[in-house]
Amino acid sequence: MNAPLKRTPLFASHEALGARLVPFAGWGMPIQYQGILAEARAVRSASGIFDVSHMGRFFLQGSAATALLEWVVTNGVSDLEPGRARYTLLCNEAGGILDDAIFYRLEENQYLLVANAANTQTIWNWLQHWTRRFGEVEMADRTNETAMIACQGPDASGFLETLLGADVAPRPFRFAQVDIGGAPVMVARTGYTGEDGFEAILDAEQAVGLWARLLGLGAVPCGLGARDVLRLEAGLPLHGNDIDTETNPVEAGLERFVRWDKDFCGAEALRRAKEEGPRRLLAGFRVDGRNIPRPGYDIQNIDGRRVGTATSGGYSPSLDTNIGLGYVDPALATPDTTLVIDIRGRSIEAQVVALPFYSRRRMKP
Amino acid sequence: MNPDDRRYTKEHEWVKVEGDGKARIGITAYAVEELGDVVYFELPNAGESVSQAQKFGEVESVKAVSDLFAPVSGEILEVNPELSNRPEAVNEDPWEKGWLLVVRLQDDAELGGTMSAQEYSDLTST
Repeated sequence: MNAPLKRTPLFASHEALGARLVPFAGWGMPIQYQGILAEARAVRSASGIFDVSHMGRFFLQGSAATALLEWVVTNGVSDLEPGRARYTLLCNEAGGILDDAIFYRLEENQYLLVANAANTQTIWNWLQHWTRRFGEVEMADRTNETAMIACQGPDASGFLETLLGADVAPRPFRFAQVDIGGAPVMVARTGYTGEDGFEAILDAEQAVGLWARLLGLGAVPCGLGARDVLRLEAGLPLHGNDIDTETNPVEAGLERFVRWDKDFCGAEALRRAKEEGPRRLLAGFRVDGRNIPRPGYDIQNIDGRRVGTATSGGYSPSLDTNIGLGYVDPALATPDTTLVIDIRGRSIEAQVVALPFYSRRRMKP
Repeated sequence: MNPDDRRYTKEHEWVKVEGDGKARIGITAYAVEELGDVVYFELPNAGESVSQAQKFGEVESVKAVSDLFAPVSGEILEVNPELSNRPEAVNEDPWEKGWLLVVRLQDDAELGGTMSAQEYSDLTST
């Protein structure tokens, strides 16, 4: 059962930087270098780089590629122009969330889908399964032959300008094929931190070079620990914690990524769920005091009746308070509602707040 | 390096006898390294007592929460006041600045059940 951990093309770079490496979805990944909080703060105030090469990168092309994607993702595909990217969910027939992903329209009939590392096999099999119904789609898993580096933070766009020698940085949720020091790189203005930044996909052999260049520009190497802190502050769900096959986009508050006017896998079940109204809703909350809410803790109403479960939680360095996400009775999901989190037997009050917890527009005028 | 002026437990606490029957208690650099960024200590108050090998508090790091176990028994004389505002002091200096409690040592014999610096180093290097 103990298969050796896979290594990204940047593994040796992480070791050289003194990273603490941990198993994550079958990969040996850096959880931190200097420290989670220092890294998270660096991304908010300057910039950080993350090795996200463990995420699944699937290339789809062929005359039926659009039809296939349109069926497996909840967001719209046909109306996305080449050169643009979109966040989406992938649902099973019951409307449960198989994964959340970003897809990039490379050409009219050519796409890249980036899936979570833990769901890579599931999503690959899922695409294969539906390909049979839609026909002409050529699929390639290029996870191992490419690398992916996320550079996030207010300094990131300046780095891109420096690297490209011109102001050709793509705007948010757009991407460009560029040349960085002789290496072809796909640069997308996307991320998972709530900060401006870009994600670069390039040949595995070129990864160490780009990583070193970004370090040279002053980017702080950041691990999965900081990534989790930042995404939680930004109110972004983590698949496996906040969303999974037992939850649907309606209760997860992700309806804005669902196109109700199209047919897609899970649509029927989701329409029914929407009609009936959600039995629970994903809510963000701030905790009074310094005990940290963690996934799995019970959420109660002020009378001590259990009304849900926390799915994420942690200390927010940007807000200097403890925050969390959890599913609660819909009546209790509105901001300013008082909840009680059972933190290992202690009843700690929490207030529901609107998501995101942190927004760079709100925090930095 | 684990200082050899104190004793250690397998739960990664240290205890340093300081004379006058007092003992200072803290957590080891190894524990701090494993915890990562510490953001909160849940500690008892001066005047309360701790019992050897019994839980006396909790430490919350960004990654996880862990129980704290007393290396010796005794009445609490002092609680490190710095930790309530700057729990990260333990990350910076677990051996001196980041101490947790000072207790009145109840029974010297309890120290026999603790480890030397060398024994603790052997435990944590495997």
